[in-house]
Amino acid sequence: MTDERHEKTPLIRISKRENMSKTNIWLIRLAAFAFALFLSCFVFMTAGANPIEAYQTMISGALGKKSGLRQVIKVATPLLGTALALAPCFKMKFWNIGAEGQITIGAMAAAFFAINFGKSWSSPILLITMGIGAMIMGAIWAGIPAAFKARWKTNETLFTLMLNYIAIGIVGWLQGGPWEGKKGSQVIPNFADAAVLPKVLGVHCGWIIVLILVVFIFVYMNYTKHGYEISVLGESENTARYAGMNVMKITVRTACVSGAICGLVGFMVASGANQTLYADVADGVGFTAITVAWLAQLNPFAMVIISVLFGILSKGASSLQTAMGVPSSVSEIIKGLLLLSLLGCEFFINFKMTFRGHEAKKSKEEA
Amino acid sequence: MAENTHAVEFRGISKFFGEVAANDNVNLYLDKGVIMSLLGENGSGKTTLMNMLAGIYFPDQGEILINGEPVTIKSPRDAFKYHVGMIHQHFMLVDVFTAAENIILGLDDGGKHDMNEIAKKVSEISAKYGFDIDPNKKIYDMSVSEKQTVEIIKVLYRGADILILDEPTAVLTPQETEKLFKVMRAMRDDGKAIIIITHKLNEVMEISDVVAVLRKGQHIATVRTSETDESKLTEMMVGRKVELNIDRLDVKDARPRLTIAGLTCRDNEGVAKLKNVGFIAYGGEILGIAGIAGSGQKELLETIAGLRHVESGSIIYSPEGRSPEELVGKTPMQIRDAGVSLAFVPEDRLGMGLVGGMGMTGNMMLRSWNRTKGVFVDTKGPKKLAKQIYDFLEVKTPDIDYPVRKLSGGNVQKVLVGREIASSPSVLMSAYAVRGLDINTSYVIYNLMAGQKAKGVAVIFVGEDLDVLLELCDRILVLCDGQVSGIVDARTTTKEEIGLLMTSVGGKEGKSHD
Repeated sequence: MTDERHEKTPLIRISKRENMSKTNIWLIRLAAFAFALFLSCFVFMTAGANPIEAYQTMISGALGKKSGLRQVIKVATPLLGTALALAPCFKMKFWNIGAEGQITIGAMAAAFFAINFGKSWSSPILLITMGIGAMIMGAIWAGIPAAFKARWKTNETLFTLMLNYIAIGIVGWLQGGPWEGKKGSQVIPNFADAAVLPKVLGVHCGWIIVLILVVFIFVYMNYTKHGYEISVLGESENTARYAGMNVMKITVRTACVSGAICGLVGFMVASGANQTLYADVADGVGFTAITVAWLAQLNPFAMVIISVLFGILSKGASSLQTAMGVPSSVSEIIKGLLLLSLLGCEFFINFKMTFRGHEAKKSKEEA
Repeated sequence: MAENTHAVEFRGISKFFGEVAANDNVNLYLDKGVIMSLLGENGSGKTTLMNMLAGIYFPDQGEILINGEPVTIKSPRDAFKYHVGMIHQHFMLVDVFTAAENIILGLDDGGKHDMNEIAKKVSEISAKYGFDIDPNKKIYDMSVSEKQTVEIIKVLYRGADILILDEPTAVLTPQETEKLFKVMRAMRDDGKAIIIITHKLNEVMEISDVVAVLRKGQHIATVRTSETDESKLTEMMVGRKVELNIDRLDVKDARPRLTIAGLTCRDNEGVAKLKNVGFIAYGGEILGIAGIAGSGQKELLETIAGLRHVESGSIIYSPEGRSPEELVGKTPMQIRDAGVSLAFVPEDRLGMGLVGGMGMTGNMMLRSWNRTKGVFVDTKGPKKLAKQIYDFLEVKTPDIDYPVRKLSGGNVQKVLVGREIASSPSVLMSAYAVRGLDINTSYVIYNLMAGQKAKGVAVIFVGEDLDVLLELCDRILVLCDGQVSGIVDARTTTKEEIGLLMTSVGGKEGKSHD
């Protein structure tokens, strides 16, 4: 009788799980991380490399030498800065996927000052002007879709996405037109030395700015009125209105803060890393940062870890290409697998699965 | 097997949600030609049990027998196969279809439907049980009661012999409830087994033949209605003797607190939601607001709270010891700071007034976040207030920073009402404050309201349960389609009078006092 019935019950049943301990939650996430690395082994094998050797090469390539470490930080800095910029927007459920464009337009503003005043202004004044200019342009670039959303309820996802292409298009035009160096080169000449961010420990000092931003965003989100407004608005617009908050103002202001930080990242990349401007200046950072922000669950300190991890992956993959002939694009696959399993594991944190037959056993034990 | 073939029998049914047993070893049966009330507080597992019969959930343990045969019901389709039909609280109808189209929706009998044939069959069913329905009427033209009728015919059309009605009267006027009961009796006499889920005791006594009581997922007892009474049933439901009464003090020295005149407002689509509404709310009085769902109750409170644009009209607020002021045109913040407080409990309990993802402290801050100077928020004050409410109202939460979304409905409401009362308002508005609460907690809330009234606060209470409104309030304002249909004295009026006012402005024979 019992056996017959078991055949009729569904094979797997999914039910909500509550009150999982913090330790278990982190164990599950750790397991998901390990699982992603395990899956990546197959990717290496497909590419004809020994997985263990591949991991060794990646780690020694990224962390073994000073030059590797610098490269890691160079990659992690804009990622972290942009992820931090996106956090307030995402907390507010304003889906800003226009970081790419905000970085580009910020870099453009910085380049404007670098090109026109690079030879005449002193370095500190020039750099500060470039930073401020970049922040203002970034803020405008994010503020426009926010204002439209606040006023006419337009869709910010599409709007911010479109503005990416406009920003990239503008810089592309500048690159081949007004700001072009040698005729026909399609390249903007390198910035004057005064317009280049100084180096600290071998990497442009953007990493220090970004670390200060980590603390700033943490405090901003958790201890200020603005942060509180953002959290309430993200949960419910009606509640925010009822609490007397000015929804339009908060929406636009938060987007502007976010865009300004993106613009600052654009300045750091153009002035610190590239020392020039080109249309591809953002190089996908605006999108990868979305992944970083969510993997970190919008926690600024976790973002540091995730962006450094991404830096290691990306540097490690290029070492892999040189040393073992494995295409460096494997790092993209690994990032994808990481994202998949880390976000996927939230399912196991929130739900539990019961397999056919197990329930009966459990209840017998309980009895 | 054949010694006793009950229409439905539950044998040792258990269902768990996480660690919580929604149903714990329930043994229960129902015979043909019987109306059974399934009685229990919210969260006692009534709906869960019925959902297992209707194929929405699958039991973790135990078995269900229909006509003496063990059955496996894995989907609503399976349920229909065994002639089980459930009428849910929330109707599942396609608005732009006619009654007949909705009735056959999802039926797969191959080929084309003959709409004439269907209309004929629907009319037959209607005639048999005394329904009053036009098969060709579109759903969007129908009243709540008509929609419910369509739902019932839908399951009868599919040949249901076992009908489950989940709180069918919650949305009906007293007159419509009477009509529904008549239909239910006709179906019973036709040999159908009917289960009605409700928590209104007077309805239980009126309609059912037997009463099954659930408490905390367990089946406590099944008794004959004729052999029990309301206080016995309450005791079974709650598990101990409870005194359920509200101290209604006489209103003395009532001074106008809110004087509303000619209030008109529209929703975003331009539909008038309030039409020329005028009334006076007095300090030291509870003004109840009754009406069919969606008659403008929500809009009225939101307008007073400053959340809606007022097209015309005035709201004069006369706080004690200060000169009267006009509220129209003020921001929600200004109105709240003036002492007009809204403890609004919308359908999902959280939407407005509380932030689900935040703990008690974060929610206390909703009122005070902007009080301090500078860029930082003050968390100490709200934390203290959260602790006070936690102790005073016995809020069950693991921690005052535990997200309120994860608390049970009663505790969520305690947090909300507690916070509003803590701001010592001079007008306290609440809508559906007890929706989804168990009896005990409901009475805690009622008595909190009564306590505010005793302090001289003008309480405006939008309620669903007319019995409670009659017991709690001093006057009852009835809204009908956005208009004031009448204002009656709660001590002398009857449910019937209110029911008439709910369905037609001024009531057919009702008279409006002021």
